[in-house]
Amino acid sequence: MSEDKLLESDVIMTRRSDAETWLRERIEKLAQPVINWGRKYSLFGYPFVTACCGMEYMSVNSPRYDLARFGAEFPRFSPRQADLLWIVGTISQKQAPILRRVWEQMADPKWVLAFGVCASTGGFYDNYCTVQGADQVIPVDVYIPGCPPRPEQVLDGLCMLQDKIQAEKGRVML
Amino acid sequence: MAQIVLDRLRRKFGDAILETHSEHGDDTAVVTRDKLVEIALFLRDDPELQLNSPVDCTAVDWQGRRDVRFDVVYHLTSIAKHHRVRIKVRVSENDPTCPSLTPIWRGMNWHERETWDLYGIRFTGHPNLKRVLMYEEFVGHPLRKDYPIDKRQPLIQMRNVKMVPTQKNPPPDRINQP
Repeated sequence: MSEDKLLESDVIMTRRSDAETWLRERIEKLAQPVINWGRKYSLFGYPFVTACCGMEYMSVNSPRYDLARFGAEFPRFSPRQADLLWIVGTISQKQAPILRRVWEQMADPKWVLAFGVCASTGGFYDNYCTVQGADQVIPVDVYIPGCPPRPEQVLDGLCMLQDKIQAEKGRVML
Repeated sequence: MAQIVLDRLRRKFGDAILETHSEHGDDTAVVTRDKLVEIALFLRDDPELQLNSPVDCTAVDWQGRRDVRFDVVYHLTSIAKHHRVRIKVRVSENDPTCPSLTPIWRGMNWHERETWDLYGIRFTGHPNLKRVLMYEEFVGHPLRKDYPIDKRQPLIQMRNVKMVPTQKNPPPDRINQP
């Protein structure tokens, strides 16, 4: 008798869990574009500034080029509060463990943007102390070339990242 | 410009000054390693010279030069007298040591550490001779000419990134073209 009852309750539990999964999937499917839309227009950036590209980062963040139009104007100087890691400048071998730790401290979902040719490929620093691109340390979403890049290029790169975020699937947590 | 410095040095030390030359207003004296501290003290304390500001200390690797491979180069300037001078010391590969001038000019501290870091010149008498630019795990001295040009020593495991092949030898008409 007791075994039968147990089985019965199991069935009920299974049905409930099926229903929950179904409902969750439906909601996620409907909510995904909305959540992505919210994420792409509220990117909180962590500027990991190591070199001269920092000047261009300041320029693109200032009113003339106005990163605020894209919702990414708010630099957070704690990786815990940031969604977007701006790698601005040359990454040396000495700097690489620090960059990886900062990236590991960021909470998911997170994106990485390589700002300038040094962060993308190492640039012309093909020498003993420079990492040949930040993607050898952490995965990078968007590469912006230029030495330094024009602010228009940066904004273009940011728009590419926004498109990428809008197209994302399966990163919704309900 | 600072011919007075070279003249006084030659008059005072004679044989210890191996060579002097003046090119475009840059006056250089090559001195022996044994007399370096004495000469440096004279340059600092002599009332007519007063070379009180240590601008730089670096080295030059003349790989293949007979006997003495390295030049250790000091740049000194006088804020009071508005002249400057360059002192060179020749150092061999087997014994790359040089007396430290940090006790004479405190500002030489990090310059000598940098020279140790990048060229491997040991400064005897330096209070804290350790690497200043490279990390402690680094092996070798990267600005020496025999350091392999493409050798890197990463501190962490690098990700395996597929490199996009580049065109090694562009055709002649592509060189210097936008």
